[in-house]
Amino acid sequence: MATEGGKTTAGYIQHHLQNLQVCPTEQGWVWNECSGNFMAVNVDSMVFSVLLGGLFLFLFRRAAKSFSVDKPTKFQAAVELIVGFVDDSVRDTFHGKSNLIAPLALTIVCWVFLMNLMDLIPVDWLPELAVLMGIEYLKVVPSTDVNVTFGMSLSVFALILFYSLKIKGVGGFIVGELMMNPLNPKELGMPKIFWPFVMVFNFVLETVALLAKPLSLSLRLFGNMYAGELMFILIALLGLFQLPLHFGWAVFHILVVTLQAYIFMMLTIVYLSQAHEHH
Amino acid sequence: MDINMTLIGQTIAMFVFVWFCMKFVWPVIIEMIEERQQQIADGLAAAEKGTRALDEAKGQVDELVGEARQQARQIIDQANQRANAIVEEARTGANQERERILNTAQSEVEQEVNRARDELRNQVAVIAVAGAEKILSREIDSNAHRDLLNQLASEI
Repeated sequence: MATEGGKTTAGYIQHHLQNLQVCPTEQGWVWNECSGNFMAVNVDSMVFSVLLGGLFLFLFRRAAKSFSVDKPTKFQAAVELIVGFVDDSVRDTFHGKSNLIAPLALTIVCWVFLMNLMDLIPVDWLPELAVLMGIEYLKVVPSTDVNVTFGMSLSVFALILFYSLKIKGVGGFIVGELMMNPLNPKELGMPKIFWPFVMVFNFVLETVALLAKPLSLSLRLFGNMYAGELMFILIALLGLFQLPLHFGWAVFHILVVTLQAYIFMMLTIVYLSQAHEHH
Repeated sequence: MDINMTLIGQTIAMFVFVWFCMKFVWPVIIEMIEERQQQIADGLAAAEKGTRALDEAKGQVDELVGEARQQARQIIDQANQRANAIVEEARTGANQERERILNTAQSEVEQEVNRARDELRNQVAVIAVAGAEKILSREIDSNAHRDLLNQLASEI
């Protein structure tokens, strides 16, 4: 399979890591010639992520509609288990009143889990099927696309900023949150003359910390899934020996898939509860 | 690996999904779960209440049975006392009757004895007089010695 059809190993790997892209140029819409074009869209990432998100919402909406208090079905029990788990996690960490955080956490954990789970489909199945159908590239795991993870983490970041400003006010957030921490000149008893220096120092530190939140959130997920996907591709190059190795890595990867979804959800809750806190 | 419009698309998709989940999925499910929890809690409370009511009823039953037993004992006691009283009364009545009958009989016997004695005495006197008359033939005037004879008769 490695050099099948005249492909080299490097070509095989690159083929697997290439998104199906479409972008507008002067010659109209162009497929797969979009390197460096910001207007490009990774069609495979979008299709799979929207399909998986839709699947999640479809299943949970169906469970919600046919919810029976007296006679729960097994599927309903499973949905209840997940919802209860997310609800407990939110209650443990977030001590305010918000209609958004719990559904946000549920969406994130299920959606990220489903996207990560695509990793367990053998790496050649869907891309080869796509090639047969005349589609040149297909990357099936949306969370190995940095755009997808950044899209999610920036949404979370936008919510962090929104709630920080809403709860603390503009002054409370910029001055109180970003400039008076971690070194508080008032509590340290500094003369007023030094305050600007300390505040500038704090501001730089805190801004970096703030910006690191979405960056670490998305890159953690992306890095884990990308590395996992790459491992699957490399294992697929090994011929017959790939079978036990693939099995072992897949079992291990179930853990990674679940853990990364959980971490993304948990950190979102933590960041948003920090945004809700008063200092 | 490039950053491109997928980022915006994913962000839009994320907000739409979260909005949908917030509007149509989460509230329905969590409300149902809370309703279920409430129902379970109510059920457990009702069961506990039922158990307590049963205990109470058992206590009442014990009390009632005890009361009934005591009443029965009282009734039996009263009946026994009444029976004793009746027997006692009957015995007293019978004794009195016996006494009365005895007395009557005795006095009748005494009267009879007295009468018999009087009669006997009279007859003895008559016999004595007749004997004496025979012994003394005509010499003794029965009228003249009547007093003496009467005295003799009373001494018998």
